[in-house]
Amino acid sequence: MSENETTITKDDIVEWLKATAAVLEENAHYLSELDAPIGDADHGINMNRGFKKVMSKLPNVEDKDIGTILRTTGMALISSVGGAGGPLYGTLYLEAGKAVRGKTELSANDLVNLIEASLKGIVKLGKANIGDKTMVDAITPAVEALRQSVNNGNSLIEALHSMTDAAQKGMKDTIPMLAKKGRASYLGERSIGHQDPGATSSYLVLKTLSETIESRHASK
Amino acid sequence: MKKLINKPEDVVKEELEGMALAYPDLIKIHLDPDFDYRADAPVKGKVALISGGGSGHEPMHGGLVGHGMLDAACPGAVFTSPTPDQMLEAAKMVNSGKGVLYIIKNYTGDVMNFQMAADMARDEGIDVDTIIIDDDVAVKDSLYTAGRRGVGTTVLAEHILGAAAEKGYTLQELAALGRKVNINGRSMGMALTSCTVPAAGKPTFELGEDEMEVGIGIHGEPGRKRMKIMTADEITEILATSIIDDGPYTRTLAQWDKDKGDWVDVEVTDPPFKKGDEVLAFVNSMGGTPDIELPIIYRKLHEICEKKGLKIVRNLMGRYITSLEMQGCSITLLKMDDELKELWDAPVHTPGMRWGM
Repeated sequence: MSENETTITKDDIVEWLKATAAVLEENAHYLSELDAPIGDADHGINMNRGFKKVMSKLPNVEDKDIGTILRTTGMALISSVGGAGGPLYGTLYLEAGKAVRGKTELSANDLVNLIEASLKGIVKLGKANIGDKTMVDAITPAVEALRQSVNNGNSLIEALHSMTDAAQKGMKDTIPMLAKKGRASYLGERSIGHQDPGATSSYLVLKTLSETIESRHASK
Repeated sequence: MKKLINKPEDVVKEELEGMALAYPDLIKIHLDPDFDYRADAPVKGKVALISGGGSGHEPMHGGLVGHGMLDAACPGAVFTSPTPDQMLEAAKMVNSGKGVLYIIKNYTGDVMNFQMAADMARDEGIDVDTIIIDDDVAVKDSLYTAGRRGVGTTVLAEHILGAAAEKGYTLQELAALGRKVNINGRSMGMALTSCTVPAAGKPTFELGEDEMEVGIGIHGEPGRKRMKIMTADEITEILATSIIDDGPYTRTLAQWDKDKGDWVDVEVTDPPFKKGDEVLAFVNSMGGTPDIELPIIYRKLHEICEKKGLKIVRNLMGRYITSLEMQGCSITLLKMDDELKELWDAPVHTPGMRWGM
């Protein structure tokens, strides 16, 4: 098991959510452009709207435990994103919140449990398998890489780097895939050659987690 | 983009506000979360029907609220599913105590959001059931796609179920009736032009001046084939034949199992049309196709049905389930029986559909 003593605090999580909102705003156009050829060109608009709602709710729960903060994030997304992205991203944060209920600090193992619970939740809801060209294709390898790195005793920062690299590769691996879920599936062969927008936003969310933790721990 | 709008982000809200002002006797609106509902809701002793979906398909669903149809409708952003909080608040508003039926079109987002709403409503003690409409024969395969999409049959189901609810059908009976309508209805559409989502600002897809997309979805999802444009008769032939000759279609649909207290996947098969069947023929404009062209489609459809031995006993023609300003049409055939004919003829009074009262 990991020997490192770095932990993730409640404030780290709040900063991560704020940074995520900023990253999704910056990338709103890019995500919608990715969505245009295989969806309906609104993924970036929807995620941006959702995280604006999260930002409006965050001040009410900033001093609560991490579980409550993540649960509030999930509920805000469910009530504002719409489409399939709303329930899926909402579930991602709701399940994450459930996995760390009552905690104000997370160990590396807590983080592994949190992200595993998220993945399990979206797989149950969306019934996507790996290879279906969805967000599951980015998150599944990311979870595996994170778990393995933590188990190998690497530092939290190293483990987060492995997670981000795996998510990025998973995201790029969706390009040659044939979509089997969601609106993209109606394209059949025509879905091949396009990077999945959901996998891309999932990568951005995970990358932002890694970058937030790294920059905050470097400045401590 | 040329549209009669103010700001793209205000389209849905301002549409609701305008509808409430235009039809104060029929509907009221609730904002944040957004939905419209029958002015006389909750209707005592009646099961409430709620539908919803992305905006951009008007009059469906918001304009189909009223006597003999929906009790409430939840609009999402244009072409984006609404959210569970809308569906939950709408259920609380219109539930008379007899329960609520959610009518869901088969899109990944709609199904997930409505199922979440159903779970939340049950947690609050509301008796809820759901039916899914998936009637678009353009999607052949259910194993490698999200399955057939919900299109024209939805409009027909909303009135048939609305009429049945007025007659006092129970929630369980309405769910069974809704499932019967779904397996007996089939649709297919086509587009001559694309459409522009206000927030996107440019056309969803590109179609050449001499091209058409056959089997188009109501959000501009691609269909079976992009083809060179043809005559109205040839286009009708393609759509009608695809519907009438469609074989049995089997897939699993999620249903709430009251005893288990969980969602279960139920395998459902649509029976194909056969000679001698009585049908309702529905010719629908995608929004941009003018009324003068629809009877040209209907004329040919009538001829094809006769040739195939299908007897048109009821019909509907007009703009009911649209895709913004898209030019094109869809055809729906619904196999009728005495129960469905009687319910179809029952009075309906909504902004978008009215007869008998």
